Amino acid sequence: MSSITYLEAIRLAQLRALKEDPRVFIYGQDIGVFGGAFKATKNLAKEFPGRVLDAPISEDAMVGLAIGAAVEGMRPIVEMQFADFSTCGFNQIVNQAATLHYRTGTPCPIVVRLPSGGTPGSGPFHSQSMEAIYAHYPGLVVMTPATVEDAYTMLLEAVELEDPVIFCEHKFLYYHLKAESLPATVGEALPFGKARIARPGRDATIVAYSAMVHEALAAAEELIQDGYDIEVVDLRTVRPIDTDTILASVARTGRLLVVGEAWPWGGVAAEVIARVATEGFGLLDAPPQRLNAKETPVPYHPALWGTHRPTASSVANSLRQLLEL
Amino acid sequence: MLEARLLEEKLAALYRSGKIVGGVFLGRGQEALSVALGVHLRRGDIYAPLIRDQAGRLAFGDTILDTLRTYLGSSLGSMRGRDGNIHRGRPSEGYHAMISHLGAMVSTVCGGLVAKRFRGEKGAVGATCIGEGGTSTGSFHEGMNMAAVENLPLVVVVANNQYSYSTPNDRQFACSDLLSKATGYGVAGHRAIGNDLIDCLAVIGEAVAAARRGEGTQLVVADLLRLVGHGEHDDASYIPEAMKKSPLGRDCLELARQSLIEQKWLSDEEAGSWHEAVEKEVEETASKVLREPAPDPSEEDWNAFASPSLGRNP
Repeated sequence: MSSITYLEAIRLAQLRALKEDPRVFIYGQDIGVFGGAFKATKNLAKEFPGRVLDAPISEDAMVGLAIGAAVEGMRPIVEMQFADFSTCGFNQIVNQAATLHYRTGTPCPIVVRLPSGGTPGSGPFHSQSMEAIYAHYPGLVVMTPATVEDAYTMLLEAVELEDPVIFCEHKFLYYHLKAESLPATVGEALPFGKARIARPGRDATIVAYSAMVHEALAAAEELIQDGYDIEVVDLRTVRPIDTDTILASVARTGRLLVVGEAWPWGGVAAEVIARVATEGFGLLDAPPQRLNAKETPVPYHPALWGTHRPTASSVANSLRQLLEL
Repeated sequence: MLEARLLEEKLAALYRSGKIVGGVFLGRGQEALSVALGVHLRRGDIYAPLIRDQAGRLAFGDTILDTLRTYLGSSLGSMRGRDGNIHRGRPSEGYHAMISHLGAMVSTVCGGLVAKRFRGEKGAVGATCIGEGGTSTGSFHEGMNMAAVENLPLVVVVANNQYSYSTPNDRQFACSDLLSKATGYGVAGHRAIGNDLIDCLAVIGEAVAAARRGEGTQLVVADLLRLVGHGEHDDASYIPEAMKKSPLGRDCLELARQSLIEQKWLSDEEAGSWHEAVEKEVEETASKVLREPAPDPSEEDWNAFASPSLGRNP
């Protein structure tokens, strides 16, 4: 079988959802005949006429429409062209989708796909990682797949779920990440909400998600030459967050570094550290550490961008410091 | 209209006596416009009322009982104390529960109509209401444009009551006529006299019928005045006396009553007995709801998710 990219896995998951569930439709800018800015819906409009609809540039109304359709029994998938633009639909996501079931008892099964994270040259408005902002709101599930297989099965799980899902798919992984095949059924994969030990180790734990899992794995490889064996935990979803798997890993290693591409302030890394500090303080042999993006907007130039975000080399440096504490 | 008026008077009294917490937002003066939409909708339609739509809500099928339960926070109400006052509905039955952010319900109703189109259901309409202040939001604009692009059977009723809370129209918009927005969006426009029940019934009836016939999105603009403050905490002292005494300030309920009596469709005695009957129902219902249990924090599941498995340690 030819190799399947992370992006193609997302396209194939949507194709399967459209094929198997008549309630599914996709709504977003340029996603119809054009196939989407990243081609995540390539050919789907042709294959499923009337079910892959171009939207006006109206992120608020796109999410509002999805909510109203979900209330009437549909399973809409909204494609934001870039995660950054979801701020224009923020109100509908956090105030209507997230509150609907709690307030009224009516579920709101929508999926909002956010092409997330940085790529070289994308700059401040096409690079953001929004997961912490959405995870802050009770009622939203926030998925952050790091592998081709997870991108496929978790998107299918998202469509099935009764709750609104913010699906953070990483643009850097779209073309870089490949798999030989996809799971035939969702049941073959780890269920969403369960973290995955991406690499077992004994000397320190890195908790990461999305593209940072791969930087963490590369850093772990680099530290073999220093004589260290690093465990990497891939969160897979940041809400719900699998505290049990994190704590079990820290129990094995005694040291924790959390890596996130988003900004540190009030972010997922801060949440993980808060949970380990409050629930697993006694497991720690050293103060838990985090490594995030620098505290500026995401810069345009590749040289600046490559330093702004954590990389394998900056993760490795943080690990070395952690191991000496 | 009468039910809405008397029920809201009771709500105001309960607020003043400290029985209702939060706020009470009344539609006094807007009942004719509101009810005219509610009575033209039917089962299978989608309705997203706004702040001053007690009359339309009752006409659509909401009850005095559930209104009181929601305002008083009864655990037996449809919102179970989790939300209150005007933020109530039963979305799965086509009766949406507004959020406070104005304009948001326009696209939400669009979504319901798109779902019906996917299922091949014909003849249903969607309707929502907003004030002139709400037309300034981006959400209203996006929703109207989307409805027009999709050619959805949506009726949007704008109650131009001259003040958005305390802000007068000359600080809210610069166009000379809100109805010109219909041309801008490419939708049909209708103008109603907001405190004239007969006119509201005719104009909104035609707008709803046009949407049902497949003639696309309809925008109705009606001028009127709210005869109370934004909420019961607000004395509306910013509304000039001259405006209150102008035709805009005439009470739609009194005008409707006079009109019905002049047409000999109603006698004074009948009007009086309607009043008594509604007042009795409101009083009895309020007494019952006041004895109902408040929500018990220890019995709440404190779970915002619909999937039970997500309730623990999310």
